[in-house]
Amino acid sequence: MNTKHYIIIIAVVIAIFAIPLIIFPNAPYGGADSAAEEAISGRGYTPWFTPLWEPPSGEIESLLFALQAAIGAMIIGYFVGYERGKRAKKEIKETETAQ
Amino acid sequence: MHIMEGFLPHPWWEIWFAIALPIVAYGVYRLSKVTKKIPEAKPLLALMGAFIFVLSALKLPSVTGSSSHPTGAGLAAVVVGPGITSVLSIIVLIFQALLLAHGGLTTLGANTFSMGIVGPFVAYAIWIAAKKVRLPIAAGIFLAAAIGDLVTYVVTSAQLALVFPTAGGFFDAFLTFGSIFAVTQIPLAIGEGLLAVVLFDFLAKYKGQLLSAMKVIKLPTPASTQKEPKQQ
Repeated sequence: MNTKHYIIIIAVVIAIFAIPLIIFPNAPYGGADSAAEEAISGRGYTPWFTPLWEPPSGEIESLLFALQAAIGAMIIGYFVGYERGKRAKKEIKETETAQ
Repeated sequence: MHIMEGFLPHPWWEIWFAIALPIVAYGVYRLSKVTKKIPEAKPLLALMGAFIFVLSALKLPSVTGSSSHPTGAGLAAVVVGPGITSVLSIIVLIFQALLLAHGGLTTLGANTFSMGIVGPFVAYAIWIAAKKVRLPIAAGIFLAAAIGDLVTYVVTSAQLALVFPTAGGFFDAFLTFGSIFAVTQIPLAIGEGLLAVVLFDFLAKYKGQLLSAMKVIKLPTPASTQKEPKQQ
């Protein structure tokens, strides 16, 4: 696989998640986790323990989710860039010694 | 796949902790063993942890009109093994339980079991089977990551159905929760499988020797071609 294949695959991934939004623009897109939670609560169950701390608003919650994704993406980007840079440097050295 | 805080009554939350913790302990043992034996593997551990971090933070829309998130644990299981993946998963789950009120401390055992144990072990088994029948590497990775993701949500459905059977019994409840979780998850699992293929392909290209030292893949030629000149 080369960069072109990577781009095609990633475009397919984006399409997989964009298509539902286009076909069903008016669907609620609520979280499956909370749907299950509601299905249980609907039967009269009350949770016996509540979270120690909850994000005070939807904005703060999405901030923390974005932070989680950013930390992960940062590490992946660092790793990929580091390895590519190392390989490029090695190739330059090899061509220099070959000359 | 997150069972929310307080949604598993006694004795279920203790049962899932009792099942999950020994396996996480085994993962910690594997972690120290692998990092001692192959110190170069440490960046890979960070990378797999990061992959799980990103994917489990992304809530994605699905054709069912609801949204859910992938786990990223299947690829980690293939690269660093399912034991270590259970440790990486529990770290993410603790982060989400404490800071996001997503999942919970009392349901940590159950969530670790579905995301960090069954999903990764199934993904690992699929990868081994795919290697045995000589499927192309990309196909093996795709199947391992996608099915590992799906299985996690099937386990969550079963965990909830055990505690909250309907009048129709366990199986009826399992189908109810399954329709909430597992069906929504199908396109997400495909997406996760494709992303795993891309990252693994990069790893095989740039970290092939390390992956072969960790017995993830076999490098085809170098070992045999390097020996030949010495014999001459």
